[in-house]
Amino acid sequence: MNRAKIISAPFMHSIDSVPRTMLLVMLALAPATAFSLYQFGWPAIILFFIIIGSSLLFEALSLLLARKPVTPFLLDGSAVLTGWLVAMALPPWAPWWIGVLGGFIAIVFGKHIYGGLGQNIFNPAMVARIALLISFPLEMTFFMQPQPLFAEQSPNFSQALDIIFMGGIDIDALTSASILTQIKILHFDGQSIGGANGLVSDLPTAMLGVLPGGMGEASALLLVLGGVFLLAVRIISWHTPFAMFASMALIASIAHFFNPAYHPGMLTHLFSGGFVLGAFFIATDYVTQPVSNTGRLIFGAGVGALTFFIRAYSIFPEGVGFAILLMNAMTPFIDHYIKPRIFGRSKSGEPLTGQLPQGGGK
Amino acid sequence: MSTKAPDYRTIINDGLWTRNVVLAQLLALCPLMAVTATATNGLGMGIATTFVLVASGFSVSLWRGFITPEIRIPVFVLIIASQVTLVEMGMNAWLHELYKVLGLFIPLIVTNCAILGRAEAFASRNDVIPSMVDGFFMGFGFTAVLVVIGGIREVLGSGALFSNASLLLGEQFSFLETVVFGGDYKGFLLLILPPGGFIVLGFLIALKNVIDAARVKRASQRAGDSVPAAISKRVT
Repeated sequence: MNRAKIISAPFMHSIDSVPRTMLLVMLALAPATAFSLYQFGWPAIILFFIIIGSSLLFEALSLLLARKPVTPFLLDGSAVLTGWLVAMALPPWAPWWIGVLGGFIAIVFGKHIYGGLGQNIFNPAMVARIALLISFPLEMTFFMQPQPLFAEQSPNFSQALDIIFMGGIDIDALTSASILTQIKILHFDGQSIGGANGLVSDLPTAMLGVLPGGMGEASALLLVLGGVFLLAVRIISWHTPFAMFASMALIASIAHFFNPAYHPGMLTHLFSGGFVLGAFFIATDYVTQPVSNTGRLIFGAGVGALTFFIRAYSIFPEGVGFAILLMNAMTPFIDHYIKPRIFGRSKSGEPLTGQLPQGGGK
Repeated sequence: MSTKAPDYRTIINDGLWTRNVVLAQLLALCPLMAVTATATNGLGMGIATTFVLVASGFSVSLWRGFITPEIRIPVFVLIIASQVTLVEMGMNAWLHELYKVLGLFIPLIVTNCAILGRAEAFASRNDVIPSMVDGFFMGFGFTAVLVVIGGIREVLGSGALFSNASLLLGEQFSFLETVVFGGDYKGFLLLILPPGGFIVLGFLIALKNVIDAARVKRASQRAGDSVPAAISKRVT
């Protein structure tokens, strides 16, 4: 005799799942990544796959060590996405060991030390970037002018292998300071920043600017498009990126107004460095940002403000990574103090009684 | 005071492993983070701390009959501070190069909670000889951890081991100064900086917990799968 199987509520179905989320984020990142890989040629492509491969390898090893099921976690896309974001945060022609170490730090120190996916306090990709930046400042600030694939100066595949694995690179011929680095150098020299190359004052230039920099800095426009796509499919909410852009735009405009010789304009701040990538793809990490919308506004505003102050007054030219990690550390506090009203209770937690609308019924 | 005979086996075991100052009690982390960028500094700091631990164990235990409970803390601090001052002056005179390296952290041994902790928990309740033995092995356990952490950080961070050992131990020990990764090893600066101290310490504590868990498991198997004996507790 057949018996009905008893299943308990809820009976809702959701299409949201970890693999779907990861896939959509990768889809949103793909155009900007493809453009960057094209801009920086074969060495960037090789490094990109080295980082993703090492992320998968360390993910598998960590899962084995923690005695967790390897295949489902490995295939949910989270390790690939983490590696991908690490690649976007590194200089495109970094040596292979920087890439492998980046994957190792992100997956092992950024994620599995805390207990794996969903347990980490800090964004793994940013942990890797900052640990590498502090440890290897020379390699991590080696930026070059874009060398589009198949262009004359662009290295072919075997030269690219030489660059990534053997360090065969003529640094002086290709190196080029990113706009933020140029500004920092002028700051150190006590000069006006007016002479920095690539300062932008109008929006189209800022968005399309093909600037020397990291992988994730080459194409602000495509990153914004990817971010809008993520907003449209509701993978991210608008609160964190909006608050980041708004606070940075506000503070940078005020600073630029009062001291244009020291502070670049708001557009340079918004569309140089890793700000756009951080706003849409890294600060919006589900695990490390606050859960409430108000909390996310505070979080984003904090990241924007900290980025400005680190860029303007610290020894580091770029501050998005530090700002995101610092605000990640604040997330538990924000979540503690910003709590949404519980259904059926007042703001202070008292049960709502005797306040039902009168009349009607009878 | 305490009438039962001192159990030296337990004292030694506690100091080296079960109640290791760093790995089990999580005390003295400030000097640990600050001076363990190289193995030599760790060794120097460990020896200085051990000396103070033995001396303070001796004095506190000797005078424990005269110190009333109400004023014991300031008196302990006074005793420890004067002995640290002696150590500092001694190092300044005979190990001047190392003194310059360790610098500020020598006077700060006074505030090392491990020393006050042993005065309070052991020396003020036990006889002179056991107190000195306890101080020595607590210090020895501390020194061992400092040297291990210093060694790991030094090898990974700058590719060398026991650099400047001759400053501490004399010229005949300069053979200890080895270069592990020569050539173009860039050095992993993160490990030299304080976060590296925390990361290495975390791994060592995890390792101790793993070993302890394995020992508990083995002991319970030997006891015929009875209730697992609580040999040691997890720290964190």
